[in-house]
Amino acid sequence: MTESTNSRPDSGADLRHPGELEAVAGGSAVAVAGADGDRVRSVTGDAWRELRRKPLFWVSAVIIVVFVVMAVAPGLFTSVDPREAVLSEASKTPDGQNIFGRDRQGYDIYSRCIYGARASILVGLLAVIGTVIIGTLLGLVAGYRGGLIDSVLGRVAEVFFALPLLLGAVIILYTIQGEDDGYFTIVLQVSLVLVVLGWPNIFRLLRSSVLQVKPNDYVQAARALGASPTRISFSHILPNAIGPVIVVSTINLGVYISSEAALSFLGIGLRPPTVSWGVMISQATDSMRSAPHTLLFPALFLSLAVLGFIMLGDAVRDALDPKSKSR
Amino acid sequence: MSKYALRRLIQMIPVVLGVTFLIYALVYALPGDPTAGKCGERPCSPAYVAEFRKTYNLNDPLPLQYVKYLGNVVQGDLGESQYGQPIRDELAERFGTTFKLGVVALVFEVVVGLLAGVLAALRRGGFLDNLVLVSTLFVIAIPVFVTGRALQLYLGVRAGLFPATVSFEPTWFELLLPGFVLGSTSLAYLARLMRTNLGDNLSADYVRTAHAKGLSTRRVVGVHALRNSMIPVVTFIGYDFGALLGGAIITEGIFNVPGVGQYVFRAINDRDGQVVVGTVTALVLVYLVANLVVDLLYAYLDPRISHD
Repeated sequence: MTESTNSRPDSGADLRHPGELEAVAGGSAVAVAGADGDRVRSVTGDAWRELRRKPLFWVSAVIIVVFVVMAVAPGLFTSVDPREAVLSEASKTPDGQNIFGRDRQGYDIYSRCIYGARASILVGLLAVIGTVIIGTLLGLVAGYRGGLIDSVLGRVAEVFFALPLLLGAVIILYTIQGEDDGYFTIVLQVSLVLVVLGWPNIFRLLRSSVLQVKPNDYVQAARALGASPTRISFSHILPNAIGPVIVVSTINLGVYISSEAALSFLGIGLRPPTVSWGVMISQATDSMRSAPHTLLFPALFLSLAVLGFIMLGDAVRDALDPKSKSR
Repeated sequence: MSKYALRRLIQMIPVVLGVTFLIYALVYALPGDPTAGKCGERPCSPAYVAEFRKTYNLNDPLPLQYVKYLGNVVQGDLGESQYGQPIRDELAERFGTTFKLGVVALVFEVVVGLLAGVLAALRRGGFLDNLVLVSTLFVIAIPVFVTGRALQLYLGVRAGLFPATVSFEPTWFELLLPGFVLGSTSLAYLARLMRTNLGDNLSADYVRTAHAKGLSTRRVVGVHALRNSMIPVVTFIGYDFGALLGGAIITEGIFNVPGVGQYVFRAINDRDGQVVVGTVTALVLVYLVANLVVDLLYAYLDPRISHD
């Protein structure tokens, strides 16, 4: 997450608005398009073409699709009830009937791994959607308007940015958590905390990217034609500045899923009877000396999901960033 | 340089005030009963609640509450644990251990991470490069508490190579495994960051010029490219220090390291809110100071910064 924030703050500058590309840089675009016909390709189309050729993209896309389907319809993967405990078979190692074995409570680990996807994916998605909406809107305003609004928003973001993710999450969650909050309340709480602590990341990224897009000719042209600030911001600046945000948000989704598990491990995120990978890992650590398989499988699922999103972010970055194409 | 340092110091003030206020407001001003869970499984008695509200100035208006709270923090008073022990004393006792653990983690992070990043950048596209890319990806994807538990079980308990838990006065050797676990994620990020930066810099014009001047590769890479690549790396280390402090809560909890992180870890399990909030506030302040130091170091690495 941080790598991309620091190393490629400028990749937004290399993106051009699809329409403008034809008009402004027509020469080079035609040269590129010459390879497969006469249609001029847009940057998004170009990125998509680039993506399709990458095995990294397909591997990560397949992983993510599988996990999303798992989160939406766990019943497709298993017909075993994740809450059905068979105590007589507690800590059973994997065999033909329970392919991942059973945990110390006698729950079927495979079924719980499948059902656990929902909480993790939900937290990750909600947190990313929240950070992107808040960070993008504020970043757009700060970068486009500049002046006082920019300084005020910058200071506020700095304060939130100064609170490290895990430390901040520990304080906030510890405070707002009640003893008997329901499943959905806790999911919302965790996502909310990640949004509160994560938005400055997106804000900074988009702001600097807006600053680079703003002086471009097509923005001046739009202004000269009398477009309103809202229209300039949303249809000219934003599409050209959003690239780095998409990359970082994809990676962040993985990071947030991992954070949720860490918080559950500490005992302030999701907790039993909620079925989630973090909760499973947390419970398995108590019994892992006698039954390591109870830790292995949820950890495997969690790591795979995180890996999927990080790899997808990497692939998208490579596709959007012309610098890496020369390699 | 000194002017820059002074400006950074002054810029720090609103951030410190803002962060402490944020924490304070979140903890005490949010709806919810601050005494909830403080008396075990039953609700607190009215006398306790009244005493609690009085001790923590909860009957004052919020700004006044905050000023009083800040005054206490400045004087080093972070409150008391539920057993009536001052948090400050406990922190003072535990800080040395966490510092030691942090040093071990940082050494791993910087030495191994930078080395891997440099080697990968020099052989871009080669076997070593791909090895670094793939292995760092896995390290990032696997959560620290899984790595910690697994290494503790297999290297500590089963193989007996390292102590599985540490003693009350941990030696450097005992902290080797926890330190490695703590630094592993940052190590991976650092290696990737270094690889990207050095790779970009190696194809920059000034490197070609340096080669053209007839300088040895060693000098071109070691002095010209490497030094310029260090700037984002140092920024990252500063920023990442916060993740390291957060990770210490998990790592110290797993390996039973008697440091500040374990204090928080236990307090969360014991539902001792004062300890959680007080200690984490102290950690955030340490993080801010560390970032200030990094910023000053930054000016030394990149002379352009102190001139603007």
